[in-house]
Amino acid sequence: MVILPELVLLTGALAFFMVSLGKTPDRNVVKSIALFFGSATFIATCLSFQSQATLFYGVYAIDAYSQMFKVLIGFSLVLLLIAGQNLKGIDDSVRPEYYLFLLLSVLGLMMLVSSVELLTIFISLELSSFALYLLVPMRDDRTGCRVQMEAGIKYILFGVMATGFMLYGMSYLFGLTGTTYLKDIIIFLAKGHLQPAIVVAVVMVLGGFFYKLAVFPMHFWVPDIYQGASNETTAFIATIPKFGAVALLIRFLTLPTGQSPFLIELLVVIAVCSMFYGNLSALVQKDIKRMLGFSGIAHGGFVILGLVTLKGEGFGLAIYYIAGYVLMNLACFLVISNVSKAGENLQVEDFNGLHQRQPVLAFILTVGLFALAGIPPFVGFMAKFMVLASALRADHLLVVCLAAINTAIAIYYYLSVVKAVYTSNPGERPLVTVSPTIQAAGVLLVVVIILMGALPARFIDFAGTVVQTIL
Amino acid sequence: MDLLLIKEGFPLLTFLILLPLAGGLVLLFCQGEAFARMWTLIITGLTALVSISLLTGFNTGSAKYQFAEAYDWIPRFHINYIVGVDGISILLVILTTFLMPFCVLASWKYIKTRVTAFMFCLLIMETSMIGVFVALDFVLFYVFWEFMLIPMYLLIAVWGGPRKAYASIKFFLYTLAGSVLLLVAIIALYLKSGSFFIPAMMWQEYSLTFQVLVFLAFFLAFAIKVPMFPFHTWLPAAHVEAPTAGSVILASVLLKMGTYGLLRFCLPITPDATMLLATPILWLSIAGILYGGFTALAQQDMKKLIAYSSVGHMGFVTLGIFVLNSRGLEGALLQMINHGVTTGALFLCVGMIYERTHSRELALATGLGKYMPWFVTFLAVFSLSSFGFPGTNSFIGEFLILAGTFEHNTILALAAIPGAVLAAAYMLRMLQKIVWGGTANPDQSYLSDLTIREIVVLAPFLFFVFWIGLGPQPFIDLMHTSVSQLLAQLHTWQQHHQIAVVLWP
Repeated sequence: MVILPELVLLTGALAFFMVSLGKTPDRNVVKSIALFFGSATFIATCLSFQSQATLFYGVYAIDAYSQMFKVLIGFSLVLLLIAGQNLKGIDDSVRPEYYLFLLLSVLGLMMLVSSVELLTIFISLELSSFALYLLVPMRDDRTGCRVQMEAGIKYILFGVMATGFMLYGMSYLFGLTGTTYLKDIIIFLAKGHLQPAIVVAVVMVLGGFFYKLAVFPMHFWVPDIYQGASNETTAFIATIPKFGAVALLIRFLTLPTGQSPFLIELLVVIAVCSMFYGNLSALVQKDIKRMLGFSGIAHGGFVILGLVTLKGEGFGLAIYYIAGYVLMNLACFLVISNVSKAGENLQVEDFNGLHQRQPVLAFILTVGLFALAGIPPFVGFMAKFMVLASALRADHLLVVCLAAINTAIAIYYYLSVVKAVYTSNPGERPLVTVSPTIQAAGVLLVVVIILMGALPARFIDFAGTVVQTIL
Repeated sequence: MDLLLIKEGFPLLTFLILLPLAGGLVLLFCQGEAFARMWTLIITGLTALVSISLLTGFNTGSAKYQFAEAYDWIPRFHINYIVGVDGISILLVILTTFLMPFCVLASWKYIKTRVTAFMFCLLIMETSMIGVFVALDFVLFYVFWEFMLIPMYLLIAVWGGPRKAYASIKFFLYTLAGSVLLLVAIIALYLKSGSFFIPAMMWQEYSLTFQVLVFLAFFLAFAIKVPMFPFHTWLPAAHVEAPTAGSVILASVLLKMGTYGLLRFCLPITPDATMLLATPILWLSIAGILYGGFTALAQQDMKKLIAYSSVGHMGFVTLGIFVLNSRGLEGALLQMINHGVTTGALFLCVGMIYERTHSRELALATGLGKYMPWFVTFLAVFSLSSFGFPGTNSFIGEFLILAGTFEHNTILALAAIPGAVLAAAYMLRMLQKIVWGGTANPDQSYLSDLTIREIVVLAPFLFFVFWIGLGPQPFIDLMHTSVSQLLAQLHTWQQHHQIAVVLWP
């Protein structure tokens, strides 16, 4: 039962496939099935947490590293399903299909973190991506100008291009080393058969994951897709796939290329460009999802900054950072999905006076935004602080200063939302009602965000040790 | 760790930090405005009472950090939970704990909407303020330092005046932008010294360039908080828009964090840079004193007037710190307390007028003397104290600072003197208008004098004004050992390192 989570997800996807064949059931039934399979997945990931195995002729590794990511993915999935349970932007008739593809995409990500062979990685990634491409245009056509179609097409075109890069890089790796198994590639490279072409190959493969993580220069899809997809879909795109991206970035960065100074320089440049691009662009955004999209690019930069040390400690911190980031983002999107009346996009001024219209959501959003801005005692601060400390330890003083300055830039746009929530007059905007489960999920997120920020020692130690096992 | 006097048994400082936080968490679950007010008063009062045992248990003969507690927090990065007080911080802790009950009382009627949330903000504010003063681990310090922005931001943004959105964002941006490089400096110091324990970073052999860079990062963060002259523009905006309790906390405690930071971190961690850069900072202080005085003279808004007077007074404090002698430093520390007492009281007074007239305009508050005799009596004493009238607390502080400045450099001291005169000018101008006004006073006959609650709020401030003014010795005794230890170390350091002094003759 080492692949229990994958099996649960697959069962869930098949169940939704069956549901989608018949007459469309009541939306509550669909919602309950989704929540059931989401929780079952999380429980399954916890059950199989200690498993160790290598399956399918060594292409699929169940180890501490993959299981940790699966637990994180499972946990986020449950919260995501609870937060977006109303699926306001999706038509009733396609909801079973929506969940079918959502679960398939998560399945792809779970497989991705376990994959240790190039073709398996590719297949898992495509399973996850293509399911995701389909989720975007499933939004109902509220504006009449089919922005969701445009977003879907952009997403798939950019995605296919990134995949092309990655495949090309993989073909190099295979051509140079004669194997597609990561561990054999490492052994081959460790013997000293190093060529500059290896770096080209690794960088191209990394490019594919930079696309998933949405960092400069593979970020172009972010704003339009965030805006064009429904709130719930964006919540998914903005959170769970990042785990897969970071997991695989770390796997590929452990490859000995013999050119680590070059890789480090490249990563540093990517990190700095992402931060400045993301934060400066976010400053002028009016649409909250676009803003969070750009903020995500900046946070991607911070994750990359954790990776630049190319050491276990930095990798552990990158995992800590992305886990924190996903939680903070989930908290924000939980509020966005529920403040939105019928699934429409929200402008910043739509949050005016939220503290009078729905105090609990206002509180959750505020915590989420302050955490994203990196104010203590939330996880965003601790993660940022640790990443900066590890980068400075590796003597990247200039980059650390630039990153710190970025924190100061970023606070402005996060605060502008908080300002709308607390100081602006609600005007004609109606009260917001949310179910107690959603509120409870939000409060749980807040508690986890605070706990992970105030008592990070165990998580960081754990992530650090687990990363050591794959080095 | 021989710098710490570890407290066995009851963890007093942790209790002081956690009690308001726990009280705040209770408020999250219990709604009800009357309960929230009462509960917050009880919690803050209890915190104040418990903090008295700090005074009784404090050993004035030791320069060590007392009541210290040390626990592991994030061992992988050598981050620990270490708290302790010494002569520099103890008075500030006491000031904070004693001020809070009066802030609650001052908000009793003033805050009418969302009372529970307001009290919650006050309580977590108190937690973070105490935390800043007692933290001996730099990460712990930074966590409290930054976290404080959130409740303070909300205090201004939710319960503030008409331009609250602008003022609160400005406050947040300024302070945060100042402290981001502080974070980098902290990490850099950690990498040099191997731990985040603040005393372990002091008096280390860092290169001069490193010291100057760290000093500048510190200085930017703390100078914005103080606020020193070119960085002061957030202060009037924030003061004017904040509710009374917010203004009092801002003036009495938050500004002190800047000077506390300069004293606690800049001097011992970067002594060479401090000596190298002291002169320009001294002149910036003079600029602040004069600029604050002249601007205060022109204000029509009472809160703005007091806000600009704060710029001037805090200029005296930084002046006292950077003359680097015992009179100056002790005067500066005392002046920090004095400013907390006097300016806090002045803001409370303005708040009381505002509750009655709903305006902070000086012109609308003229001629109150006839109808509010109790009120103007209090106001007169606090105004006299504000410009350092002999017999009141600020006199002692300013006198010590000026004496220290004369010892350091006569021209500098002469340049600071007009500041004291200006203070008298703007304070007496305000007092004259409020008490007597002119022929065109608005009709004030509807005003009622202070209630018992308001007298209870102001009386302790009056008590401290005269106590520090007439018998400051107990206060100076508390700080003396730590200050002289700091200066002794600085002078030993100076003798070994003559480089810095040569550069600024």
